[in-house]
Amino acid sequence: MKFGVVMFPGSNCDHDTYHVISKVIGQPVDFIWHRQSAVADCDAVILPGGFSYGDYLRTGAIARFSPVMGAVKEFASRGGLVMGICNGFQILCEAGLLPGALLRNKNLKFICDHVNIRVEATDTPFTNRCQRNQVLSVPIAHGDGNYFCDEQTLAELQRENRILFRYSDADGRITAEANPNGSLDNIAGICNRERNVLGMMPHPERASEQQLGSSDGRIIFYSVADTLAELAKAS
Amino acid sequence: MKAKIYVTLKPSVLDPQGKAIHHAVETIGYHGIKDVRQGKYFEVTIEDSFSPEEARAEIERMARDVLANPIIEDFRVELDSDS
Repeated sequence: MKFGVVMFPGSNCDHDTYHVISKVIGQPVDFIWHRQSAVADCDAVILPGGFSYGDYLRTGAIARFSPVMGAVKEFASRGGLVMGICNGFQILCEAGLLPGALLRNKNLKFICDHVNIRVEATDTPFTNRCQRNQVLSVPIAHGDGNYFCDEQTLAELQRENRILFRYSDADGRITAEANPNGSLDNIAGICNRERNVLGMMPHPERASEQQLGSSDGRIIFYSVADTLAELAKAS
Repeated sequence: MKAKIYVTLKPSVLDPQGKAIHHAVETIGYHGIKDVRQGKYFEVTIEDSFSPEEARAEIERMARDVLANPIIEDFRVELDSDS
């Protein structure tokens, strides 16, 4: 099993993510440079947080055209596990691997804060170790995290159970007050129809060790590692 | 040849920046401003060997693929030769 963490110019959570996978989860991990046109022997690819290409034009709009994104698309179409965190989520939306877009936060502020997210679905490679309605304390750090899509897409996401995380209060109640950025339906993370591509604004890699305030986020990486271990056993 | 490309948020998409500007100009004392929507503006220079039709086709393709995100934005292209 091997994880890959993509490095774009301006990524700044790449090393955090690498650290958590290698030292906390204890799995092999490699960096993938954005100019590479293959994801090599990686079994799960993570697009990390940051400000790829300085967020010029729109967040994720330039990174989407990096050579590596062709490989990531191809990898995803073969069923490979792809996870976009924060800027990674924005890139996946721009690339069309996930529906919708991340708009400027409703209050126009860059928000750096611990929030609670509720796990809405556990039948995915990213959440299979979670309990449904489990509340995770995970930080957010973004200026453009306000999830938007048209009504038809939202209905589809709801019907197909593709909203994996929603902003909630500490008791798991989905309220307007718990929504930090104005996201539609308190959406913090979604997956594609095939359930092998995840995008989420909160940073699980910043909440994977107790000395950083929360280790709730590591369950997501453990879920992916479990999935890959099972896939390896089956093949 | 030059092209001007205007990218604007779709009417259905909330524009908190436009709202903040609207609120600010009202506070400063400008009257009669009913609404403000913020967008993006690009000036692009195209090889003179392109015909206006070719230039427009290329610029519209670029606007659709790169400059605007069709999920949230509309765009409008003006060519210099239009004026």
